[in-house]
Amino acid sequence: MESVFVKTQANGALRRRKTDLGDVAFAWLTRSVAFLVLLTLAGIIVGLAFAAWPSIQKFGLSFLTTTEWNPPMERFGAVVPIYGTIVTSIIALLIAVPVSFGIALFLTELSPAWLRRPLGTAIELLAAIPSIVYGMWGLLVFAPYFSEYVQPVLAATLGKLPLLGKLFTGPQMGIGLLAAGIILAIMVIPFIASVMRDVFEVTPQMVKESAYGLGCTTWEVVWSVVLPHSKAGVVGGIMLGLGRALGETMAVTFVIGNTNMLSSASLFMPGNSITSALANEFAEAGPGLHTAALMELGLILFVITLIVLVISKMFLAGLSRGEGAK
Amino acid sequence: MNLLSRRKLINKIALSLSLGAMVFGLFWLAWILFTVLKLGIGGLSPDLFVKMTPPPGTADGGLANAIAGSAMMVGLGTLIGSPVGVLVGVYLAEYGLKTPLGRVTRYVNDLLLSAPSIVIGLFVYAVVVAHTGQFSGWSGVLALALIVVPVVVRTTENMLMLVPNSLREAAFALGAPKRVVIMSIAMRAAKSGVATGILLAIARIAGETAPLLFTALSNQFWSTNLNQPLANLPVTIFRFAMSPFAEWQQLAWAGVLLITLGVLTLNIVARVFLRQDKQH
Repeated sequence: MESVFVKTQANGALRRRKTDLGDVAFAWLTRSVAFLVLLTLAGIIVGLAFAAWPSIQKFGLSFLTTTEWNPPMERFGAVVPIYGTIVTSIIALLIAVPVSFGIALFLTELSPAWLRRPLGTAIELLAAIPSIVYGMWGLLVFAPYFSEYVQPVLAATLGKLPLLGKLFTGPQMGIGLLAAGIILAIMVIPFIASVMRDVFEVTPQMVKESAYGLGCTTWEVVWSVVLPHSKAGVVGGIMLGLGRALGETMAVTFVIGNTNMLSSASLFMPGNSITSALANEFAEAGPGLHTAALMELGLILFVITLIVLVISKMFLAGLSRGEGAK
Repeated sequence: MNLLSRRKLINKIALSLSLGAMVFGLFWLAWILFTVLKLGIGGLSPDLFVKMTPPPGTADGGLANAIAGSAMMVGLGTLIGSPVGVLVGVYLAEYGLKTPLGRVTRYVNDLLLSAPSIVIGLFVYAVVVAHTGQFSGWSGVLALALIVVPVVVRTTENMLMLVPNSLREAAFALGAPKRVVIMSIAMRAAKSGVATGILLAIARIAGETAPLLFTALSNQFWSTNLNQPLANLPVTIFRFAMSPFAEWQQLAWAGVLLITLGVLTLNIVARVFLRQDKQH
């Protein structure tokens, strides 16, 4: 009797150890694959830095202060593409932030309940359209309209203002920094709008109803109750949109005009962004300094984007913490 | 004007602007879809699927090699990226919920999810293409797989989080080991959500152009050799759209129509899928 008991116990222990082994192996498998994700990020930074090393070594910090980009003479400075990236992203945010706020306000407070989902989906589909579609549409459809109908109006109105007017003068070609900024705005609206909608929705109903009960108008509720309650999330959403705008490639490459000259402050002028310089020049760049300089551009872009995304996550942290609870 | 009517007026103006913003957003969607349909349909013909990309200035051609190349790379990229993404998602939800590695991985994965895809292309160029000295289909597959992983990780983790813990506890109580609990209970409960994530990842990489510029490049001819430059839709569209030739631009519009329809269909299917799942 006793021996049987011992035997089954031993069998049980044996069986358990066997299954434990499979469990341990599976746990290690998932863990090591997770480690792969970390390795990817590190690999990108190290890989790009390594490939950019000849350029980093040769130009040092002057890479960030030189405007000249001259492949035949092997002199490279990143001012023009960095300027283009920043200016187009700022234009994009100036347009996209108020519009996204309006869309989020409409979806959370104004829209009839049955329209909310289809309208929200429609806006999200804007984000699903591949950027090459935006690019081709921007170059062949939007730019001609823009130069014929919008740029003359801008030049005749904003262009007449002192100081600010300088931004809206020059050749009305359709393509250029302003056109690229506008296309970028359309592309980031869905990202910012959906984050804003989500953070507006988590404002407690009770707080909102209290404000309505005091006689607030819809606008006052949104501006003085919902917005203060969700401002961290709103800033996080804007930063997320900025991250998208900085790294967007194809849409910008099609419409920015691709020139490394920086001759005036006008937003009508063609320019270059980090991403468009990469997309246009990389295939033709010979190995050596040209490729290294392009790699350094990519590294700069990656670092800027990472910083923006980290800031975005800091602001959005409170929201996802609630999500994490299982 | 008294205070009340002023407040009412401000409210009306603000709400009209909000309605305007909504219309503004929908206006672009409608305009883009309209032009893509109008200009793309003209180029749709059986030739598109059976003929190769033509040399400049010739009318007779299609996108067969580009469609095949894209299908191969997107398919392989998904096949490689999805299992990795699912395993990482499993780790994050089932093992590493509160561990340091779990937290860091979750954070880094979110960064990679929003990182510019062009940088992924540069990375693959630097570590693969620069060493083999050859643009190749495989490097394109690798770049696309790297983009698939974070998308699948995020959805897999989110979907596993939605599975009630009591389900896991019930399985544990029956004596199931942890990997069986995860793979046969939790994953089975979350499977349509995970499938949705994979669909969304396919939609994401189907239109990716920037990473392929530095990896697969393009190929004018029919090729299924993944060790050589491989034709693909996005890069072909890019080259054709930027060209001055009307025939090429027509083909590019047809290609854009194919990609847009494919991506939007995938997105809508994924949404319907997910909604049905949530209603159960």
